[in-house]
Amino acid sequence: MESTVTVEPVAVRIENLSKSYGEQEVLRGVSLEVKPGQIFVLMGPSGSGKSVLLRQVIGLEAPDQGEVLIGDHKAHIPSTHDVFRTALVFQAGALFNSMTVYDNLALYPREHRLYSESEIRDKVTSVMKALSIETAGRKIPAELSGGMKKRVAVARAIIMEPQLILYDEPTSELDPILSATTSELIATISRETGATSLVVTHDRDLALSIADQVALLMNGRMVFTGTPGELSRSEDSRVREFMNPSIDPHNPRFRKQENDA
Amino acid sequence: MKAVLDLLEWIGSGVQMTFRTIRYFPHLPRQWRRLVDQCLFMGYATVPLVAILSFFIGAVLALQMGYSIIDFGAKQYIGSIVGLSMVRELSPVMTAVMVTGRVGSAVTAELASMKVYQEVDALRTMNIPPERFLVLPRLAAIIVVMPVLIMVSVVAGWIGGQVVSQVVPWIDITAQTYYNALKSFTDLDDVTDGVIKAELFGIGILLISSHIGLRTKGGPREIGAAVTRAVVVCIIFILIFDYFITNVLI
Ligand SMILES: Nc1ncnc2c1ncn2[C@@H]1O[C@H](COP(=O)(O)OP(=O)(O)O)[C@@H](O)[C@H]1O
Ligand SMILES: [Mg+2]
Repeated sequence: MESTVTVEPVAVRIENLSKSYGEQEVLRGVSLEVKPGQIFVLMGPSGSGKSVLLRQVIGLEAPDQGEVLIGDHKAHIPSTHDVFRTALVFQAGALFNSMTVYDNLALYPREHRLYSESEIRDKVTSVMKALSIETAGRKIPAELSGGMKKRVAVARAIIMEPQLILYDEPTSELDPILSATTSELIATISRETGATSLVVTHDRDLALSIADQVALLMNGRMVFTGTPGELSRSEDSRVREFMNPSIDPHNPRFRKQENDA
Repeated sequence: MKAVLDLLEWIGSGVQMTFRTIRYFPHLPRQWRRLVDQCLFMGYATVPLVAILSFFIGAVLALQMGYSIIDFGAKQYIGSIVGLSMVRELSPVMTAVMVTGRVGSAVTAELASMKVYQEVDALRTMNIPPERFLVLPRLAAIIVVMPVLIMVSVVAGWIGGQVVSQVVPWIDITAQTYYNALKSFTDLDDVTDGVIKAELFGIGILLISSHIGLRTKGGPREIGAAVTRAVVVCIIFILIFDYFITNVLI
């Protein structure tokens, strides 16, 4: 992707973060550290609080307890996001439905007056080409397929030239081939822009193939942090259960399916 | 107690939204395309409706007044009664009610849907304040459109009254008599008061419906509920605020 701009990556440090909604404790003392330029993959079952954690990092919500730092600035203070450019790729895309794909992508540089309109056109066009969404420019998000929407969401984040990109379940709802392409895309973006990436997913293949560091969040607590190799070798029963969900081989339902196949 | 606190919290965050929006007014030139779009939308949505309804309000007023005052031999004053009632009271209030129905509800629906589908969050992560990007152009548009709407309403109402006064056989006054009475009792102050009233209603409606839209929580079902709430709150606001503003302007 010759279209991308190299950026100065930034570190993320989360210390003892807790967050509750009413009675429900979602995050209970989570700590993690993402080094500048790393791809950090945070895994965990649905409902374990991964999206909530990302909302804290991007500064949409403030922690109840603990700290979330980008560089050495608190993430929930708006000015932090003036100091460091941060982008979040939402799980459902969160594309602006009343605008064309092109306008979605051009919005950030336009609103912040970063470039002239013709420079913006060049940038948007080359990012669209790099992500193979060049046919979508004039469509509105509702007219796109799920895979296309995800890529537009990624494109909208890259256009911001972020020093830190957060991805929320970038491969959910994608078929296996698109998932693999998306994993590759995340790795490519990280390599070519140098940005720090924090990826939230429950997709094990994605984690093992591109992560520098992996962590496993369960019930609002961190149960593992380490390299993908360490994750595969881990003896922790919770990690093993998550990585290889046990299916009872004697369960007649599975035997029947095997026989059918 | 909880309800009172909730209400205070709601008002507080509304005031905060208002001040943020006002602070972004210097950014208005950068939002001018969105401003023009909003003006056109608000104009298209409301002008025909306001014109037709106001025409009939003026007509009904002439009919009622004609019936009540004809025994006093005062029918040549119909023009002044219709003229004043429209410009000072009925046009601002009825226009505001129609703006609530057509513009306020649309604003709430749009912002609530953006909120529910995380578009508002996306804006915030892009360092684009929703007050600047979403509320400001709409607020500026209503400020531009409201005086136009009120003038349309007043003129349509005056014409409605005149047509009725002329064609209804038992009233039967000429257009000249009607407009002479209207002119001698209605002056520029009445018109400015009417415009001020309408302007304040418009601003209130827009802020209320934006605030309710942006505070929508939960799933898509909440969008409909938010619209209903916005319409009810706006109409209550119009009628209560009307009393106080009338006191001040009179
Ligand atoms: N704004 C909120 N209000 C109340 N509960 C919430 C809110 N956001 C998330 N939760 C709850 O927090 C838990 C974790 O959610 P989430 O972070 O979305 O999970 P996931 O790991 O699948 O992304 C869920 O039980 C969810 O219901
Ligand atoms: Mg999630």
